[in-house]
Amino acid sequence: MGELWTIIDHEGGEVRKVSGEMLTAARRFAGEMNLDPAAVFAGTGFEHARERIGKFGGGKVYVAESEEFDRYLLQPQIDTIASLVRERKPSVVLFASVADGKDVASGVASKVGTGVVADVVDLEAQGERLVCTKAVFGGATVTKCQVEGSPQIICVKPNSFAAEQAPGEVVEERVDVTLSDDAKRARIVERVQQEAGGRPAVEEAAVIVSGGRGLQGPENFRIVEDLADALGAAVGASRAAVDAGWYPHQNQVGQTGKTVSPQLYIAVGISGAIQHRAGMQTSKTIVAINKDGEAPIFQLADFGLVGDLFKVVPALADEIRKRKGR
Amino acid sequence: MNIVVCVKRVPDTAAEKKLDPSDHTLDRESGESILNPVDEYGVEEALRLREAHGGEVTVLTMGPAGAEKNAVRKALALGADRGVLVKDDGLAGSDALATAYVLALALAQMEFGLVILGSESTDARTSLVPQALAQLLGLPGITYVSKVEVDGSKVTVHREQEGGHWVIESELPAVISVVKGINEPRYATLKGIMSAKQKPLEVLSGEDAGLDPAEVGLSGSKTRILAAEARPPKQKGKLVKDEGHGHVELADFLQQNKFI
Repeated sequence: MGELWTIIDHEGGEVRKVSGEMLTAARRFAGEMNLDPAAVFAGTGFEHARERIGKFGGGKVYVAESEEFDRYLLQPQIDTIASLVRERKPSVVLFASVADGKDVASGVASKVGTGVVADVVDLEAQGERLVCTKAVFGGATVTKCQVEGSPQIICVKPNSFAAEQAPGEVVEERVDVTLSDDAKRARIVERVQQEAGGRPAVEEAAVIVSGGRGLQGPENFRIVEDLADALGAAVGASRAAVDAGWYPHQNQVGQTGKTVSPQLYIAVGISGAIQHRAGMQTSKTIVAINKDGEAPIFQLADFGLVGDLFKVVPALADEIRKRKGR
Repeated sequence: MNIVVCVKRVPDTAAEKKLDPSDHTLDRESGESILNPVDEYGVEEALRLREAHGGEVTVLTMGPAGAEKNAVRKALALGADRGVLVKDDGLAGSDALATAYVLALALAQMEFGLVILGSESTDARTSLVPQALAQLLGLPGITYVSKVEVDGSKVTVHREQEGGHWVIESELPAVISVVKGINEPRYATLKGIMSAKQKPLEVLSGEDAGLDPAEVGLSGSKTRILAAEARPPKQKGKLVKDEGHGHVELADFLQQNKFI
């Protein structure tokens, strides 16, 4: 029987949320397509990851564990997964549609000569093919597409599937990691981490609170951060705020920043120019807080609040903390 | 060191983008097109490296007739030395990996120390091309770069990571994709625009590039669009004007939807 693989997205064995979502989807579609689900772990820290993988179904896990993965940039992952694909010939390979996941997927697909569809938000099994739904042009158009090569390499966006636990035993299959000198040409010499305040990453957060020009200055981003912390959310920023130097580019949501589709997106002091909407309009629930009742962001909002953000947002953060009982 | 910057023509950011209903490819004729805004940072970085280390900056693009419009010429006006266009009507509808295949063939005929791309195009936005290109060329691929320093046969870059960056040291030649904000792109001067018209633009046919027609275009791409439709307009939500209790109503809404 053919296999449907999930490439585990993790950092040193710390399994990211999207992996649980993909493993849940993999179980479902493997069943519908009469395939065996299997996971692939490449990196370090498998002992730590094993428990998480077991919570979401377990089953066969190809484990390629080596310190080399942490020493060099992505090429060891690309080469190891590509040779495993050539050897085992899976039917479908799912990657997380995040920066590294898409890079490795693209690298593997070009090495084995197949196609890759990225930024997928939904899947449907049709015979041997998985039909992918993705939003293009910033969510203005929805397309259905498929990979015609083999394996079908598909990158699934975080928050597209609900993660459902289904404990199962992990059956480990160790994969030999042999790297060529070519895989070691780009070396990681230093990892610089800015103070993120323990917040989730914008790319995969279930809830994002974003600030824009309405904040009037960089110091006022703490209002947005405070609301984000009350909700356990990531902090985003509009292009106007980033271009003004108020917040880092990594946090920018929009056409020249990140495209996100969290469960909840709260836009604070953001007017909603097309360039911003292109990065967030596929969010499941949208809340907008703005003093201008005519701001285009309100056309997208499931709940729009016209008011002074400097009053409303701190009061909302307090109200949320009160209701959460802390 | 010679640098090649791969660029793309995209619809203007503010323009409404449409897919051609017959084959679901981007309708590039219905609106204004521009040099992909993220590519401007790639061109700028190449010009700065040339100013510091010498060498030549070549701009490369691919596509059916018209692919060079407002993209290669713009990069030449900004200061690139020459342009190369792989032009073939069979290229229309190529997906990301087919695009990388064509770029790789053209690059195989060129001499370079560094290939620079924008980290994404503002139309398709998949960010798949740079790493695919690196693999096809058999070179190190370093994406999402926010700082570049070249030293002899080595390049040291900052690669954006969630919540920070990594410092990566790589052998040259290499393929890098740069993020918006890596630099402050210059504006084209009138003199630049005038001189761009005199700069060499080499046009390669698909045959010149040595491409296999079965690997490119709509039919050669290994992904296929089955259907496309406009996203249904969103149902009108609730709009509340704050009169002192707006935050309570919003908290109620968040609680009803299980966010609290």
